[in-house]
Amino acid sequence: MNVRTIRYLLFRTRRSILTSSRHSAGQPPQDENTRFNPAPTSKYDWIGPPDRLSNLRPVIYHIPENETQLERKLRHLRQETEDWNHAFWTYQNVTFTKEKEQFILSQLKLKGLTEKDERGRQRTLSSEEMAVFYKHFLDKNCKKHASYNKEWYRRNFTITLLMGRVTLHSIWRALSGQVRSKRKTMMPE
Amino acid sequence: MYRWPVNFRTNMFKTSCSRVTGLVVASVNQKLLAHAPQSHVTVRSLIQLCRNDPSQWITFQHLSFLKRQYVMKNSGGLSQRAKPKQEPEASLLDDRDDSLVTQAQQISAVAPVPGAVGNSNRASALEDEPEAERQARMEARQWKELRVRYSELPGIYARLSKVKLTALVVMTTAAGYAMAPVPFDPVMFVLASVGTGLSSCMANSINQYFEVPFDSNMNRTKNRPLVRGQISPLHAVSFALACGIPGVTLLTLAVNPLTGFLGALNIFLYTCCYTPLKRLSIANTWVGSVVGAIPPIMGWTAATGALDPGALLLGAILYSWQFPHFNALSWNMREDYSRGGYRMMSVTHPALCRRVALRHSLSLLGLSALGPALDVTTWTFPLVVLPINLYISYLAYRFWAGADRQGARRLFFCSLWHLPMLLLLMLTCKKRPLPPQEATPLALQS
Repeated sequence: MNVRTIRYLLFRTRRSILTSSRHSAGQPPQDENTRFNPAPTSKYDWIGPPDRLSNLRPVIYHIPENETQLERKLRHLRQETEDWNHAFWTYQNVTFTKEKEQFILSQLKLKGLTEKDERGRQRTLSSEEMAVFYKHFLDKNCKKHASYNKEWYRRNFTITLLMGRVTLHSIWRALSGQVRSKRKTMMPE
Repeated sequence: MYRWPVNFRTNMFKTSCSRVTGLVVASVNQKLLAHAPQSHVTVRSLIQLCRNDPSQWITFQHLSFLKRQYVMKNSGGLSQRAKPKQEPEASLLDDRDDSLVTQAQQISAVAPVPGAVGNSNRASALEDEPEAERQARMEARQWKELRVRYSELPGIYARLSKVKLTALVVMTTAAGYAMAPVPFDPVMFVLASVGTGLSSCMANSINQYFEVPFDSNMNRTKNRPLVRGQISPLHAVSFALACGIPGVTLLTLAVNPLTGFLGALNIFLYTCCYTPLKRLSIANTWVGSVVGAIPPIMGWTAATGALDPGALLLGAILYSWQFPHFNALSWNMREDYSRGGYRMMSVTHPALCRRVALRHSLSLLGLSALGPALDVTTWTFPLVVLPINLYISYLAYRFWAGADRQGARRLFFCSLWHLPMLLLLMLTCKKRPLPPQEATPLALQS
């Protein structure tokens, strides 16, 4: 791989780790002058392009001035889930690619073939031969996938319920704020 | 000159994982350096092409994207798991947004060829220095605000509820209703179709809600609304409930309780059994086939109010059809399934996968013969439908024997037109009830 591409990949991975530390540290990282920063006037979260390794899209959460306890809890949970997901899928994809390459090389060696054929192109195995690897990968990671699944469902439900609570809370606040202001205007002097 | 970005795109799609673009960049690098003396115009024009000429990109990308969409379909549908039409243009362009910009980034990351431009030192300084800023600028363009744009909501909802798949499900329900041996009631027909459609929308939306990280990692599904963050998970669940609750209520109260129960059962089977099972065991395929078999039964019960043998026959035909359809489809997606952690027969038990597809294609022949036996169709039906049944069985046999991608693709495409054709022929061969005056002489005789 191109050295520049490797650096770019590491830059992206580091960026996402720093995104998570950013929200807890409360300060933007100094060395990342090429990082994306949403406009300070924006009141919304921002979602980015899919990460190179995990294929998941990073989110930069907007922190409102009068953030309530509940909203902060939701934001922390979402950020933490995003990081956990990113870590899992990065590891999954990288391991898959590595093991696939190793498998191809070992199979080619068994057949007595070199990695590249006469024309300099990389040799590939047939889909039947690869199917052995795919099955093996799935079986090896069966338990890990099952536990990830359970954890993901749990987090998804919790985040959604919390979002629901936050929404109801903000609706209630808006309504009671209106009622209070109406009462103030209607009160006799 | 225009061939290079085209090859680039082909490579992108063949490898199907964005993480491997590094390799592609490396190969492009080699090509550029190898052709350095001739390429002094082409490097510049390549970069200009990326920036200025999107129409070329759309044409070829459109073709290969469509090809990929059509061939590499996943399961995850309510019944047939078929998506015969391509995704709308909007999502296509958005996909171009991401990958085009990343490609432009990659190309600009390539070092300038020495001697390509007259004064290379000044050129390289110009290239290197704003390169990081150019990258940052391009990256910034890909970041989107997480705000609901009301004008986009209909499109988002359509993609969330997999509206085309829902339409197919409603079609099978309509066929079930039409095949029932009762007078056709248009009002009940519409109510049953709408109720089934709404239930299907809910099931599909909840399925997408559950599968966000998995969808992100598979090429066909990475442009779904929740993956792209166009709506929040809460919004998706609210939409699902807003579809499903009225849908099931409509079926229960306006049609009949049996149909309502079947609708609710189908939603439960799809969201709470099939979706989690996809990652746990190959049994998901059988559960999914049941999910696909229920809509025509719902159509029949909406008409008659009872689970007649005819309804079960229709359900059995749909059930059997799912296997050649899905097994052939999943055959060509084994790598994506394996990486995503989906336990499918095609990955873990390949021989079983092909055997089951063949078995159920052959059983379609037998089930069609049951049509006249159960008074659902006339005796002409098995004869009329024999050619297409034989053809799909033949393709299933070739798939079983050859176990190759081409065979799988052929079987999948055949299943797409086989089902509508079968249902249409069944409708034309429907057994009409005898008029009353013909029945009385027989009654007198007995």
